Amino acid sequence: MKKQVYYALPLLLFLVMGALFWRALSHDPSLLPSARIGKAVPVFELSLLNAADKKITQDKFLGQVSLLNVWATWCPSCRVEHPMLLDIAKQGIPIRGLNYKDERGAALAYLSDFGNPYEWVIYDERGSLGLDLGVYGAPETYVIDREGVVRFRYVGVISADVWLNEIKPIVDELNQQAVVSK
Amino acid sequence: MKVLMRTFSLKGVLLIVLMGCLPFLPQAFAAIDVYKFEDEGKSKRFSALMNELRCPKCQNQNLADSNAGLAKDLKDRAYELIQDGQSNDEVVTYLVERYGDFITYRPPLRLGTLMLWFGPLSLFVLVFLIFVMRGRASAATLVVEDELDQDRLKNILDEDN
Repeated sequence: MKKQVYYALPLLLFLVMGALFWRALSHDPSLLPSARIGKAVPVFELSLLNAADKKITQDKFLGQVSLLNVWATWCPSCRVEHPMLLDIAKQGIPIRGLNYKDERGAALAYLSDFGNPYEWVIYDERGSLGLDLGVYGAPETYVIDREGVVRFRYVGVISADVWLNEIKPIVDELNQQAVVSK
Repeated sequence: MKVLMRTFSLKGVLLIVLMGCLPFLPQAFAAIDVYKFEDEGKSKRFSALMNELRCPKCQNQNLADSNAGLAKDLKDRAYELIQDGQSNDEVVTYLVERYGDFITYRPPLRLGTLMLWFGPLSLFVLVFLIFVMRGRASAATLVVEDELDQDRLKNILDEDN
């Protein structure tokens, strides 16, 4: 009897490892969890994209559930994502932009060419706010709650599917919480 | 034929000379040498740190080896922090706060990383214990079988006589 248990061990080990490897197949290792979840938007003071003399700070995020979208003109995927952002903005969800390591002139031309989904855009020329946020590639989108706390991050292009199934539910829930706590 | 051979070897010589020049090209120098420190200790600390921090963009490369834009930003920031007199631990903490545990090749010890730290060791101990126990069990049965065999052997030998 005892011997039979020993003989079953390799099979058991195989099954456990097989299950683990199977799960790992559907896991994209290039997607990293954000270290900023549950923490406030980092302290910053940068200029607006469309007004070099106007400074904004993290306080701008207070009061409303919003999206922060990291983009740049050198980022081809951002262009793919752009129509989706315009669509989301049309649905009445405030999107704020973080123009990441870009040129001001090129970025402004991009917005006038393709349309502007952003309420306002932070101009982060050196990528300092990006580094504090933990941005490792554009596009990235953060969901920020009324208290200015980062609640969710999505890396990559937001497709209609991603928006409906992954991001919108979080935004809706945060908005509901906001209503209840009022 | 002779002419052909001569041109061939000339090309060969030229190639070798050109290849010999490669190390003197500016690109060939390690990217990390861009960061100058007046303090020798800081310089050593910086290069050690850049070798054990991982680039989040170009995975499986450390910051020292990576030429990605993000790796450069992170190196710049780490350089500033070390110049400011921060310790290596402080710099690592600073970067982990922003990029998570992924950034370090030495993951911190916590509940989620227990498996990582002690998985291989515990597997080894488990296998070792199984071997020891099996060894004992089979040694015990061997002795019994031995006695049986001795009896049988005796019987066979007796029969032959």
